[in-house]
Amino acid sequence: MVDVSSVTGVKREELVLDVENLSVRYGSKRALNSVTLQVKPHEIFGIIGPANGGKTTFLKTINRMDEFNSSMHVDGTVRFLGKDTRAWRNTYALRKRVGVVFPLPVGLPLSIYDNVALAPRLSGVRDKAELDLIVERCLRRAALWDEVKDRLNSLGSLLSGGQQQRLTIARALSQDPHLLMLDEFSIAVDPVTTMRIEDVLKELRSTVTIIMVTNLVQQARRLADRSAFFLNGDCIEIGDTEALFEGGAKDTRTTDYIEGRFG
Amino acid sequence: MTATFAASDLNLRNRRIQQRVRILLMVMTVLLVLPVAIILILLTVRGAPVLTWEFLTEFPKQGMTAGGIYPALLGTIFLVAVALLASVPLGVAAAIYLSEYAGDNWLTRGINLAIINLAGVPSIVHALFGVGAFVIFFGFGTSILAASLTLAIMTLPVVIVATREALQAVPLAFREACWSLGATRWQTIRKIVLPNAVTGILTGIILEVSRTAGETAPIMFTGAAFFLPFLPESVFDQTMALSLHLFVISTQVPGVPENFPYGVALLLILIVLLMNALSIGFRVYLRGRKKW
Repeated sequence: MVDVSSVTGVKREELVLDVENLSVRYGSKRALNSVTLQVKPHEIFGIIGPANGGKTTFLKTINRMDEFNSSMHVDGTVRFLGKDTRAWRNTYALRKRVGVVFPLPVGLPLSIYDNVALAPRLSGVRDKAELDLIVERCLRRAALWDEVKDRLNSLGSLLSGGQQQRLTIARALSQDPHLLMLDEFSIAVDPVTTMRIEDVLKELRSTVTIIMVTNLVQQARRLADRSAFFLNGDCIEIGDTEALFEGGAKDTRTTDYIEGRFG
Repeated sequence: MTATFAASDLNLRNRRIQQRVRILLMVMTVLLVLPVAIILILLTVRGAPVLTWEFLTEFPKQGMTAGGIYPALLGTIFLVAVALLASVPLGVAAAIYLSEYAGDNWLTRGINLAIINLAGVPSIVHALFGVGAFVIFFGFGTSILAASLTLAIMTLPVVIVATREALQAVPLAFREACWSLGATRWQTIRKIVLPNAVTGILTGIILEVSRTAGETAPIMFTGAAFFLPFLPESVFDQTMALSLHLFVISTQVPGVPENFPYGVALLLILIVLLMNALSIGFRVYLRGRKKW
């Protein structure tokens, strides 16, 4: 077994995510080839790379979304908080500890309040006062509270794109996740809102670990402590973001992508 | 060279052809609507005077040559109600399974094929199946229960297809968002999918009602009676029904006033139109309430 402590500076059992030789195929189409990487507590881990690189597929394997897609086949191990995700008998409990934010904001056709209260309710919280607390806390953490506090009962899907995306962040936070995964969250959001969400993420770093898939390399540079470069299902390189951007990339394809020569 | 905006011969010819095609297509469309219009006008003119309150609430008298159609109207309502009780739970459950749980494999493809074929089976075949299965094998006799179950099986594809379409109109992204919150499939269905599909499902059920109310063949051997001087007391009794009654007074009984069949036919069509209007109303309501 490879000693990873020298790579990440963190003991193996303290890693949030410890992925080894992860391969995924859809039917006979390979999407991810033997990816190995580690994510440390309280870091923002960026995943960059052109489309079809396997970035989204990678996220889906973490919270076992393959369970809902019969054509998706996963090999290799993913350890989340030291435990193999295949060994979690209750994958629903696993998913509750991993918040997901999708590329296009998905405001569920429920009120703003119900959107955020959905996950606590699913896990059995009935007490109105407790739900109120959770909703307010999550909306505040997602920097949305001030904009919506007077209309919590209006439909979440009628908010603007940027507000909906912050609503989905609040919803993802409502399950108190250890890990927050964002998949190209700024794709449908204007630059000003993007900056607001980026500020939110910087705030959140103190309490959750974040994996952020982005196709904006500069966004990875602004936010991510470390970054991985995915290309056609291979994880080409992992390194400190600053080092990668300062010309420290070992693989020329990484440098080419970062400097905008392709992708 | 000066730019000419005058149309060439070719332009003119194309325009002439286009206009002729347009008129041809319009004529075809009008021809299509014509029979419906004629039926409706004829039925209304000749049938409407028959449709009095007494006609709707009295028993047939003097060998069905006088009186009303009360037991047939009530019988049709009974038949439809019992048929719905059987087919809606079954059809909705099957549709939820097919849309939300079943993977794309040979088994579900087979089931889908079976449903499509079920929709294509002639109603007289359903009728004979109903006789064999419900009247004789299960021993229900010729009864409302046997007739309704036959109708239910015949209209199951309508419910299944409408429900499945309503479920699949709910975006996959909603499901994925809900799953990623740790919801089970069933929680997702109950909290997100069904509430957003319910109007579509209701539309399908209403269409089923209009189809069920008009069918004759499936009920004439399984539970509908030529004439009964009393109302059914339980689902194991026979009943009169509008569709069969129309057939009977049009062809089987001498001396029926000429306008009676028109009245019954108009009533049947009104029931169907009312149901269709309800389903259109639901669609409009659905569009107004659409949350995404």
